[in-house]
Amino acid sequence: MIAGISIYEILTVTSILFFIGVYGFITRKNLISILMSVELILNASIINFVVINKYLYPDMLQGVFFSIFIIAVAAAETALAISIIINLYRQIASVEVKDTEIMKY
Amino acid sequence: MEQIIFYILALIMIVFAIASVTSKKMLRSVIYLLFVLCGIAGIYFLIDYNFLAAIQLTVYAGGIIVLIIFSVVLVHHIEMELELAKKSKQILVGLACLVGLGIFLTTIYAHPFNVVENSVTTSTEDIGFGLLSYETGGFILPFEVISVLLLASMIGAIVIAKGKKLTDKNDTTL
Repeated sequence: MIAGISIYEILTVTSILFFIGVYGFITRKNLISILMSVELILNASIINFVVINKYLYPDMLQGVFFSIFIIAVAAAETALAISIIINLYRQIASVEVKDTEIMKY
Repeated sequence: MEQIIFYILALIMIVFAIASVTSKKMLRSVIYLLFVLCGIAGIYFLIDYNFLAAIQLTVYAGGIIVLIIFSVVLVHHIEMELELAKKSKQILVGLACLVGLGIFLTTIYAHPFNVVENSVTTSTEDIGFGLLSYETGGFILPFEVISVLLLASMIGAIVIAKGKKLTDKNDTTL
């Protein structure tokens, strides 16, 4: 644990990061920007897992394992999302949310 | 000393996260996100999870950011300005987020965490043994499942990104 830093301060920082991600998720109109906001949200939650593991249950490693799994799922999700976005750009030449209204060609 | 480093990291992360979700230039907002991810890796270093920090740097800062930059460069002009949401919508969403943040913080500060004072260091060996043990509390099954999921998503990404051309060509040649 970090000397002189309580768990409350770290949780405050991660909550702020989480809500910045939510703000970006709602206000952005570009698919790639929305994906980046999702990454912010995921990262804020991963820090929570790790910090709670370290501060409350230092003898266990469950939080670390779960954060590794979250990182793996996030990587898979990003790869799929970017391939979908590139395919979409080929079909309709745009990645704006308002232009993507057809799901199947 | 660690206190000062933590506050600097927190400041960097919050400032660059805000810059990342409000910047008008696409590529710049990706680079701001990279700074946020590096700050998070710094926090992992501070709480002594070196392995996680290395994963964060390689997978996020090295992999995902490069992937996003590639897609930005493929899809946009570099100098293209993003269109922003309406001012009223921005203010409304900002207020909603502040209310949510307030609820979160009141809940967190009202909850008494019984923190265990410790300075345990976790080695990569422990994480490896935990991930691969098939005894009680071991994580071998999720580990295998996640590897299958990664493989499936890689194949899916290739198939989707190739698009129609692949199937059309195969159909005509076969």
